[in-house]
Amino acid sequence: MRLRHNKNFTWGAAITAVMLLVILVGMVWTPYDPNAMDGKAKMLAPCLAHPLGTDNFGRDILSRIVEGAGATFVIAAATVAIGLAAGLVIGGLTGYYGGWLDEVMMRLNDAVTAFPSILLALVLIALFGGGKYKIIVALGVLFIPSFARIVRAEVARQKSLDYVASARLMGAGDMRILFWHILPNIVPVLLPSVAIGFNNAVLAEASMSYLGVGVKPPDASLGRMLNEAQGYLMSAPWYAISAGTAIILLVLGFGLLSEGMGGEYGAA
Amino acid sequence: MLVTLLLISLLAFLAFQLIPGDPVTKLLGSDYTPERAAALRHEMGLDRNVLVRYWEWLTGFVTGDMGVSYNYGMTVRQVMEGKGAVTAALSVMAWLLVIAISIPLGIALARWQGRRLDRVFVAMNQVFMAIPPFFLGILFTYVFGLVLKLFVPGGFVGPDKSFWGFLGYLIFPALAIAIPKAAMVTKLLRSSILNQMNEDYVRTAYSRGNSRWSVLKDHVLRNALLPVITFVAMTLADIVAGSIVVEQVFALPGLGRLLLASIGNRDYPVVQCIVVIIAFIVVFMNYLADIVTQTIDPRIRLG
Repeated sequence: MRLRHNKNFTWGAAITAVMLLVILVGMVWTPYDPNAMDGKAKMLAPCLAHPLGTDNFGRDILSRIVEGAGATFVIAAATVAIGLAAGLVIGGLTGYYGGWLDEVMMRLNDAVTAFPSILLALVLIALFGGGKYKIIVALGVLFIPSFARIVRAEVARQKSLDYVASARLMGAGDMRILFWHILPNIVPVLLPSVAIGFNNAVLAEASMSYLGVGVKPPDASLGRMLNEAQGYLMSAPWYAISAGTAIILLVLGFGLLSEGMGGEYGAA
Repeated sequence: MLVTLLLISLLAFLAFQLIPGDPVTKLLGSDYTPERAAALRHEMGLDRNVLVRYWEWLTGFVTGDMGVSYNYGMTVRQVMEGKGAVTAALSVMAWLLVIAISIPLGIALARWQGRRLDRVFVAMNQVFMAIPPFFLGILFTYVFGLVLKLFVPGGFVGPDKSFWGFLGYLIFPALAIAIPKAAMVTKLLRSSILNQMNEDYVRTAYSRGNSRWSVLKDHVLRNALLPVITFVAMTLADIVAGSIVVEQVFALPGLGRLLLASIGNRDYPVVQCIVVIIAFIVVFMNYLADIVTQTIDPRIRLG
């Protein structure tokens, strides 16, 4: 795959690389223990010892943000993985075979995508309860239709191309053609949507955790931190600002990457 | 459209029949005995066929009888009274702001493409698209509420007390919802116009001596707006969903807060009702977008 080297892609790659590096380092080492409280260092403004200050329990905000960004990243990645895997199978099969099953799946798709995803996620949480793993499953299921739709359209287009006919002449079976021959060819179309899906997952998770129906304590998440930070806006504005900036950087990085790869932002 | 609406309402209804946990148990609490539970179940009609209950619920919903809230001991309609107006006003305001910001800005950026203004805004657009509305809301609370004291964070004036005060309290939440969306629409409109600028009819229009501005205004805009209109109509759904979160940031007493409280209380008739109403709005907006694009572009009607 030839990447178009443009400004969007370069900036997106740079921001994402820095964020990933920070998150990876944060998984093994943070400046302080993110949950360690220090009664003598409550509500410190940013200083040398605590670059982003401390919160109301004297916990180091930088460490907490690194941990929270990691958690948000893992949740979003897992969500996209579920949506993508199921979307590949469903979209691949319906696009390849067509027929009545295809019709039914597409109508169902239309009905599901008619809902704003955060609303559906809230309903699922209302039905089955919150928590980290339920959020991943709920959001993952909701992301299946949009991936299935893209995969289906692309598979349906590719299956009438010459290389598929020649693979069939050489005796390849349907599954081999679908997943061995067609799949690699739809990756370039799929990658931007994966980046957009990742962003939607980050935003959905952050919103739900902010609302208190997502990740539950003691699990960290950037959304939950914003919820806590809002209570201390007056005394510690840097808390909310740095947590929000972390979300923006995550989303911005992947958004620019997606755009650099030729995707249309906001149209998943 | 009717089929979709029926399908959505049926799905929403069935989903809430699958919930683990029995509302009867919750209602009776410590008074629970099997006999009382059976009696209450019969009284609430929970012991009858699911499809029969769906039909009753649907006919009730259409005629404005939306059932009784488990939690407040009032009808769902009473619980929602006044809350719907807040969410509706907030969403419409945000939506109008999206249009008011993005259409002129998108045209201006395309008109002066490549100039400094264009380059600055295109870069800023990327950042604005990445801001979650609720974080923007928190920033507004801090900057305009706590530092500049333009409004009281957490305060609210009902439309019955002071209409302008009511709208005033909605301005900042509406902006928080609108700005990220407006950034997307601006970008879409700008690139849509620039795409059209390469078409043959544009060259023809130029060759007849039209200025760039008049080509844009009289020829390009009509074509460039088509995909934008569809997108703008669909953003209303996102805006309604976004208002659920942003109402929480500004402590506005709208449907979103009611929805969250009802989810917390497991007050399913209310949750169900709000979900179906929002879904109906979404489907209706998509339908409206279809009609509008058909009116502007008669070619679509044939297809």
